[in-house]
Amino acid sequence: MVGELSPIAEPTSAMKLIWLVPLLPLTGAALNLFVGKRLGRSAGVIASVLVAASFVLAAMIATSLVQAPGDERLYIRHLFEWIHVGSFSVGVDLRVDALSMVMVLVVTGIGALIHVYSVGYMAGDPRYGRFFAYLNLFVFFMLTLVLAQNYLLLYLGWEGVGLCSFLLIGFWFEETENANAAKKAFITTRIGDTFMLVGLALLAVKFGTLDFTAIFGSAGSTITKGTATAIALLLFAGAIGKSAQVPLHVWLPDAMAGPSPVSALIHAATMVTAGVYLVVRSHVLFELSGTALTVVLFVGLFTALFAATCAIGQDDIKRVLAYSTISQLGYMFMAAGMRAYSLAMFMLVAHAFYKALMFLGAGSVMHGMHGETDMQRMGGLIRRMPITGITFTIGALALAGLPPLSGFFAKDLILEVANAQGRVWVYVLGAVGALLSAFYIGRLLFLTFFGHPRSEEAEHAHESPPVMWIPLVLLGIGTVFAGYLSTSTEGRLEQLLEPVHGVVPEGATGLTKPALFVIALVISLTGLAVAWLLYGSGRVDWLALRERLGSIPRLFANGWYVDRAYDTVVIQPGKAVAAFSARAVDERVIDGAVNGVGGSVRGLAGVGRRIQTGFVRTYALFLFAGAVGVLVYLGFRI
Amino acid sequence: MTDHLLTIVTFLPAVGVAILSTWRTLSDDGARVVALVTTVATFVASLAVLGRFDAQVPGFQMVEQATWVKDLGLQYLVGIDGVSLWMVLLTTFLMPISVLVSWSIDRNVRRYFLSMLILEIAVVGSFVALDLLLFFVFFEAILVPMYFLIGGWGGERRVYAAVKFFLYTMAGSAFLLVGTLFLYSRAASLGAGTFDLRELTGVAGTLAPATARWLFLAFFVAFAVKVPVFPLHTWLPDAHTEAPTAGSVLLAGVLLKVGAYGLIRFNLALFPEASRYFATFVAILAVIGIIYGAVVALIQTDIKRLVAYSSVSHLGFVVLGIFAFTDQAATGAVLQMVNHGLSTGALFLLVGMVYERTHTRDLGRMGGLAAIMPWLTGAFLFAVLASVGLPGLNNFVGEFLVIAGSFLVSPWFGSLAAVAVVLAAIYLLWSYQRMAYGPVRDEDHRHLPDVSLREAVVLAPVLALLLVFGVYPKILTDRIDPTTAAVVQHVAPADRETDLGQAAIALPVQPGDEEGST
Repeated sequence: MVGELSPIAEPTSAMKLIWLVPLLPLTGAALNLFVGKRLGRSAGVIASVLVAASFVLAAMIATSLVQAPGDERLYIRHLFEWIHVGSFSVGVDLRVDALSMVMVLVVTGIGALIHVYSVGYMAGDPRYGRFFAYLNLFVFFMLTLVLAQNYLLLYLGWEGVGLCSFLLIGFWFEETENANAAKKAFITTRIGDTFMLVGLALLAVKFGTLDFTAIFGSAGSTITKGTATAIALLLFAGAIGKSAQVPLHVWLPDAMAGPSPVSALIHAATMVTAGVYLVVRSHVLFELSGTALTVVLFVGLFTALFAATCAIGQDDIKRVLAYSTISQLGYMFMAAGMRAYSLAMFMLVAHAFYKALMFLGAGSVMHGMHGETDMQRMGGLIRRMPITGITFTIGALALAGLPPLSGFFAKDLILEVANAQGRVWVYVLGAVGALLSAFYIGRLLFLTFFGHPRSEEAEHAHESPPVMWIPLVLLGIGTVFAGYLSTSTEGRLEQLLEPVHGVVPEGATGLTKPALFVIALVISLTGLAVAWLLYGSGRVDWLALRERLGSIPRLFANGWYVDRAYDTVVIQPGKAVAAFSARAVDERVIDGAVNGVGGSVRGLAGVGRRIQTGFVRTYALFLFAGAVGVLVYLGFRI
Repeated sequence: MTDHLLTIVTFLPAVGVAILSTWRTLSDDGARVVALVTTVATFVASLAVLGRFDAQVPGFQMVEQATWVKDLGLQYLVGIDGVSLWMVLLTTFLMPISVLVSWSIDRNVRRYFLSMLILEIAVVGSFVALDLLLFFVFFEAILVPMYFLIGGWGGERRVYAAVKFFLYTMAGSAFLLVGTLFLYSRAASLGAGTFDLRELTGVAGTLAPATARWLFLAFFVAFAVKVPVFPLHTWLPDAHTEAPTAGSVLLAGVLLKVGAYGLIRFNLALFPEASRYFATFVAILAVIGIIYGAVVALIQTDIKRLVAYSSVSHLGFVVLGIFAFTDQAATGAVLQMVNHGLSTGALFLLVGMVYERTHTRDLGRMGGLAAIMPWLTGAFLFAVLASVGLPGLNNFVGEFLVIAGSFLVSPWFGSLAAVAVVLAAIYLLWSYQRMAYGPVRDEDHRHLPDVSLREAVVLAPVLALLLVFGVYPKILTDRIDPTTAAVVQHVAPADRETDLGQAAIALPVQPGDEEGST
């Protein structure tokens, strides 16, 4: 465990400008919100340029940070004091270290590409300016989240990204379905957030502060194991909501109601990974507990498998990707739960590339097919839209775990750690998840881009404009080369992050590395091959097969009926309690008692009518007379 | 002049009252202008109070004292501290806004604004009075104009609501009067009868604990009705719903705060031992109110009633904060008093604006308004987000301080109170969604106008403060904290830590374990 770094002796001038990194997108948000209509088409350009400028500045800061010695790669910029009551104080303090900068670069880098793509994708939308206002605002809050130097400021970003997610999922709010999805996302994540808020209260009570440096520096000697477990699990509940892990995952598939760039930015690359960031950032507290790490591992493992099965059953291209995201996030939590934090971060970065790529690719497909998302009506699109098709294929193969694409290293290294730490079941189940992943993404790939077109729209689909495919190409390049950040547990990213949270703990048990490599490769190829046989070869009537299998595909398609269960177990009883409280308790019991004192409801109204004119005046007179009487009485007594 | 600043602020609206009550031929527009000028002038005068306020002084400032009947101990005594300062400013701030939003009132205009100005005198008077009898007079005087505002210009069930409001609060006041007179006679038996709060604090200290507890309850009932504390809240939904927009804004924004203010000013100050004795009981009622108000709000279809129930929930946080007896919780409670006044005030303003257009408060008959009125619904969403406690907006800081501060006493109160954070998101976002999102439900709504200039002038200052107090609450807390810290010191058990930071420092930390430094 690493407690806390020492701050850098001489911060560079770029570092001192760290406050500009979140401020630039905030400026864009304000500009687009208030004068977006008048900016017209340039609203999107301004928004994109500002995020790109943030990225450039962040890259300069990151470069100067790595020049410092490893244990001095920390710079804290105090902006102003937010809260000060008694001796409890919370500052608006920004933290520059390797971990926060990795996140900042992902958010601004991939964010900028998605902004550019949106210029094309959202062209012609009547609320074009507002879209970029929300998108910029999201980037601002996300940067606040990852740059915060204390838990309360992190929480501000955390809630802020939730708000933007709400606004963007419901961006086309005229459709009730979209509005419902937006509300569901906000409320479901807020359940987790509330646990997190209680966790923050507990931290504040135990440490008297919410500052990272103070908490991580003294956690070992300040709190007991039990307290650490409580705090870590409360924080993790927040992560479960935000990162859509079981049992709070239900909002993410519905969140696909938002425009595709939103799905790419918020619901794949950045916001949903905030939970992973939170666990890695708070690793000191999780490690003190131990139990909490185990919970993280198993929630991640279970979610990875569960969501992979759901992904198999979806026909909507974006819903496959949504369940896939849930599953992949599960792998990140597995890594964190095994204290392989830098692998969790590596998977986060790699996934950000290939999943953003695929969501934007799906958006490009929708763009070319008049908004169609049903894969049953696609097929053979790679011929109609080759750039989208090729880049999407790269993303899909990365997710399937084919070397040397980034997804291979990410998943393989996580399984390697499970194996090395002697966690046989984690390894086996993780490998099963990898097989399912290769299968569902292969299914998506073959149904969409290969075979014959299965609809008129598919037949006449067209490639998207350059403003959309250039980001696809750049993300494709990123997907191919991101793997070189980390080809082993001592890779570049690991070395970079090592000062923040230590090295990846490995054992020496289990299979050898070459054996693991072969197994991983076989798993990926098997998954893809089975998918090809069923969905790509044209030899199997997969719809008929699905009919014959009956309930199992339906179970997968309906996400194991979790939504329905929540409706029966939580929502309907909740409504009943609320109705009972309002109608029976409030109106009959309490009000009944009150009205009983002053006569029946009707009687009271009657009294009101009768005395309406002079009632209050009479009262005022009586009050005055009474007061005089009392005073006279008291006067006589004295 | 400046020696009488508080008196000037309190009675400046009397100038408007005099004009409106004597100039019977005044036109409607004339009456509106008189009310606006008077309330704006009062607000400006109250800014002078803010300017002269010394944040470092925990006790009362700008005290003015004038003897009336010396032998009876009757006097005029006003003063201000970090709590009442903001209550006065909140009142004088919301008043001109309420006047402006009432511009469309066209029945008995002169009398309407007369009632509002009298209300302002009574409310500000309640916040500055340091003499119990003077307080009682102001406190009672609030009822009369409010009764007329609800009963005269309210909705369909206005008479029922007005009478219910009146009877409820009057019943509470009776206890207050008895308690006040009891203290007076006690003081008289000790030497000289007085209603001076500062002297009565000492007098109350001589009471037997059992007596003090009964007196605590007498004061508590009076204020609990006003707050309102569960289960004394059922007047509130009716009164808020039936009142005209300005009436709802002032009820939620200011009148409820008189109750919470009374708990701090009188219950805690006069009866510290009894306050400790009843603290758990009151905290339980507060937490029930927090959750109960939110649960009942969940199924409301009348948007105004929904906001009214949200007040029951939010005010529960205030009461919980007051009775946690920690510095952070108490400051958070006062912060929440100010912030609830602003955010719920904003919600009622917006509900009124929507109602003026759609002529319905039924959420089932609205829908898709965001496409028709993007600015009005945008402002509504902003107020909703403030109200659900989104960090960065005003309500969050107070809520967090109350939750964290009450953790020092027991983690259960704060944890249960946090449930309301989820429930608030459900009922407020749901209602916003039903109003603003989805397809347009009523074809007549398609041509509704967006925010007018007058409405923008009404909304802009309130919405701006929602953001300002969320980002920089120190404007408020720097002045509140010295006062609340002193109150907490006065009332908290001697053996318990009252400050979050201090409590943590009290824990043992071994220096060798620190691996880094700041």
